This record gives sequence, structure tokens and C-alpha cells, in this order.
Amino acid sequence: MAGSAATTNTKPMNLKLRVWRQPNRQTEGQIVEYPIKDISPDMSCLEMLDVLNEDLLHQGQDPVAFDHDCREGICGSCDLFINGRSHGPEKGTTTCQLHMRKFSDGDTITVEPWRANAFPINKDLSVDRSAFDRIIQAGGYVSVNTGGAPDGNEIPIPKDIADRAFEAATCIACGACVAACKNASAMLFVSAKVSQLALLPQGQVEAKTRVENMVAQMDIEGFGACSNIGSCAAECPVGISLENIAILNREYLVAKATSNTLA
Amino acid sequence: MNWFTKTFTSSIGRKIIMSLTGLFLCTFLVVHLVGNLQLFRNDDGVAFNVYSHFMGHNPIIRTIEWGLVLGFGFHIYESLMLTLRNKSARSHGYDQWQAKQNSEWTSRNMGILGSIILVFLLVHLYNFFWRARFGTPDPDINHNDNLYKVVVTSFHQLWYVILYVAAQASLGYHLWHGFRSGFQTLGLNHRKYMPLIKNFGYAFAVLVSAGFAAMPLYFYLFTNDQGALTKGVSLTLQHLTLAFN
Repeated sequence: MAGSAATTNTKPMNLKLRVWRQPNRQTEGQIVEYPIKDISPDMSCLEMLDVLNEDLLHQGQDPVAFDHDCREGICGSCDLFINGRSHGPEKGTTTCQLHMRKFSDGDTITVEPWRANAFPINKDLSVDRSAFDRIIQAGGYVSVNTGGAPDGNEIPIPKDIADRAFEAATCIACGACVAACKNASAMLFVSAKVSQLALLPQGQVEAKTRVENMVAQMDIEGFGACSNIGSCAAECPVGISLENIAILNREYLVAKATSNTLA
Repeated sequence: MNWFTKTFTSSIGRKIIMSLTGLFLCTFLVVHLVGNLQLFRNDDGVAFNVYSHFMGHNPIIRTIEWGLVLGFGFHIYESLMLTLRNKSARSHGYDQWQAKQNSEWTSRNMGILGSIILVFLLVHLYNFFWRARFGTPDPDINHNDNLYKVVVTSFHQLWYVILYVAAQASLGYHLWHGFRSGFQTLGLNHRKYMPLIKNFGYAFAVLVSAGFAAMPLYFYLFTNDQGALTKGVSLTLQHLTLAFN
């Protein structure tokens, strides 16, 4: 098990990895155990997997497929479920920012992919999150031609509104909320995208059709419903709050009651 | 599908029905609890029987009763639909799952708690509601149905008391999460008022469940000849008397 956040190791560690291996979408996978040696505490969790893959390649085995891109905690690609938590045991981090010093020598680390039927597994730990893209395509944008950059303060927006919109906009669409939710619900993600735009004047023009279409797409993709459990917000690497889900519910209810859409 | 059906069969729409019916049922709990406090009056059930007669015969109450049936019906139906939806959203679970590190137990187990309450509700309806409406209880001194006697007889049975207290504990945990969750689902969330709603919900959960649980415990422990406490106290007194003699 993982050590507490205060643990700081400096010596190389020997660990036991338990990794989900699955050759493709159609074939059922299983957990495979790999002992791994001399892991520097300064490595990120992804670098530890790089070391494992190098070992596997040397042994002529298939390396573990996992999603990653920027490795700076910005892009939201590194979707690993570590020791029963989205992005591992540390609060407010992505997997690439989870360093091995948070673990202790001799620990067993279980690495699994995000589990949701809306996120089918491509291979091993890599999942297909295009369901999120389709939700955004359903309305997560402002469809006006904005031209060049407007002058500062041309559209007056109160500072606290701008701040709240910005907080919602920090969502990196990593899917940790879906992975951590007992219901595999995407409400925190959808609510962040809906509130970000609903709070700003540019987004208010299409606010009603946006929330209707995005929620409809969310349901089509097969995500669960929200039970206000709060696992999502607790595991979110950028700290999107549950308040956004209340905003989403409110926006949805008002839109359904007052929009011109009859179908 | 027209917009109305679409709204209330969507994931958020079903949650909105859950919260509206849930909060409506909370108001019912208040009325039921306050009325039942008549049981604690030391008048051999006269006031309780008057109250029961009123609740069973007043046309307005009888009309609202149908609202209550619908409230329970929709709350249970929507919970089933949502549970099915949520279960089908993840058909392959995790090998390691540490939800207890990021959320409260009650919030993850509303279905189990609700199911216990449902079992209790069926037993409770059969024992009191069914007998009051369709049975022939003995009359009391005012010629009202002596439902007080039914209550006292029931609460002198240990298994009944255990079922009631367990169900009230489940209700307490159910409300602990459910009350504030209802407001959140309706979008009635504001950083100024949320702490108030949360704390009110916690107090509501404790007071309502403790209030209801006090009834079977009171009758079992204090009005029962075979009651554990009465028996225990009298035995202790006997021992003390013997010791002093």
C-alpha cells in the first residue's frame, strides 16, 4: 500500500506491480504481477512504467500500453487507477505528477485502467475517452465568429464571475471523475463545461440548447447518474467542485422548462 | 418522445423526481413524528386514538394520503431505474476500490438503506395502517378504535422493537445524505446557504430517526411487565433490599 504523503524516500525502491493486461477491446484481460527493482523515488509513476516497459522489451515481451502526453499535469491523458484511486493516493495530482517517493520500498502497487462502459479499453491501461469529445461536440462551445482578440474589458464581466468560470475551465477532461464515481457518472465533467460557458455572457446566448444537448449526449454515451457522493470532486486533479453539478442541474431544469425545443 | 417525457427520463430528470419526492417525504416524516408524540402522553392512549381517528377519517388527510402513495411510489420507482442505469454504466469493476478514502459510506449505500426502510414500511403498513383501516380494533373509552393498544402490544415484542430500531437507524443514515443531496440535485446550492442546509439536514436526520426509535424503546423498556429494564431495575432493587437486610 502507499505510504502517507509525508513519507519521503531517498533510496531506490523494489516494488511489486500488479498491472491490468488486456490485448484488445474484444478479449478479456487480467491482472499480471511484475517485480520491479531499483526505482528512483524521484521518478514519476509514468517513468516507473517506462522502466517496466524497457525491461519487458529486453525480455522480448509486449510492453504495457498506457495513455500519456505532456507529463506536466496539464493535458489529462495519463488515466491510471492506482491502488483503488483515480491517479493514485495523492490529492490534486495527475498520474504523471505522482512521484514514487509517495510509495515505500516493498509496496505492492495495483494499476488499472479507468472502468466505465462509456470508456472502452483499447489495450492494457489505455482507454478510449472519445465519449467526452462527443459530449463537447454536442454543445460545449460558443458558435459565434469572434474575429480578432477583443480589447480588454470590452465585455464587462465581474471579477468573481470570471474567477468561477475560470475555475470550471481548468477541467482537463481526464476522466478521473468518471473513474472514481460509483455510478461511472460524467456529471462533474459535463457540469464544468456547462458552467464555464453559462457563467460568461458569450456563452449565455446558447446556454439552453447547450445544456440540453450535452446532457442528452451524456446519457446516450451510457454514463451513470449523479448520487451526490462527491468521490469525483475529491479525486479531481484540478479541484472542480460539486457546486458545478448544482449549476448544471439548475441550468438543465430551467432550459427544459423554458427552451423552445419541443422534441 | 416529447420534451416532457424526455426531461423526466433523462439522468438529471430522474434525479429531480428523486429529490422532489424525497423532500416531500421528509415533510411527511415531520407530520408523522409530531402526531405520534401523543403516544408519550400518560392517558392510556385517549389522545393518540383521537388523533388516529382524525387522520383516518378527515377527507383532506385522506386526499393527501394519495399524494403520499405517489411520493413513495415514484421515489422507489426512480431509485430502481437509476440503480439499473448506474449498474450498467460499469459492468467490469475494479480489482482495488478505495471509495471509502474519498466519500461517505451513507452516500454510497442509499439503495441498501432504502431497501431496509422499504421492508420496514411494508411490515409497518400491515401492522398499523392495514389493521386501522380494514381491521376491527377494540374500542377505547371514547368509542374510538383503540390503536394505542395495538401499538403497545406490538412494541412488547422484542423482534418488532429490533426491526423498528434498525429501520430508524437506516432512515437516519438515509436522511443524513438524502436531505442535502435533494437540495444539490435541484440546483439549490449556494456557498452561503449550503453549510446551513447541510447542518440542518444532519440535525433533521438525527432528530427524526431518534424520535421514531424512542417509541418502540419506550414501550418495550418502560411499560412492559416483561420488559428488560423494568425487570432489571426491580431485580436490582430486590438485591439491594436483601443486601441491606
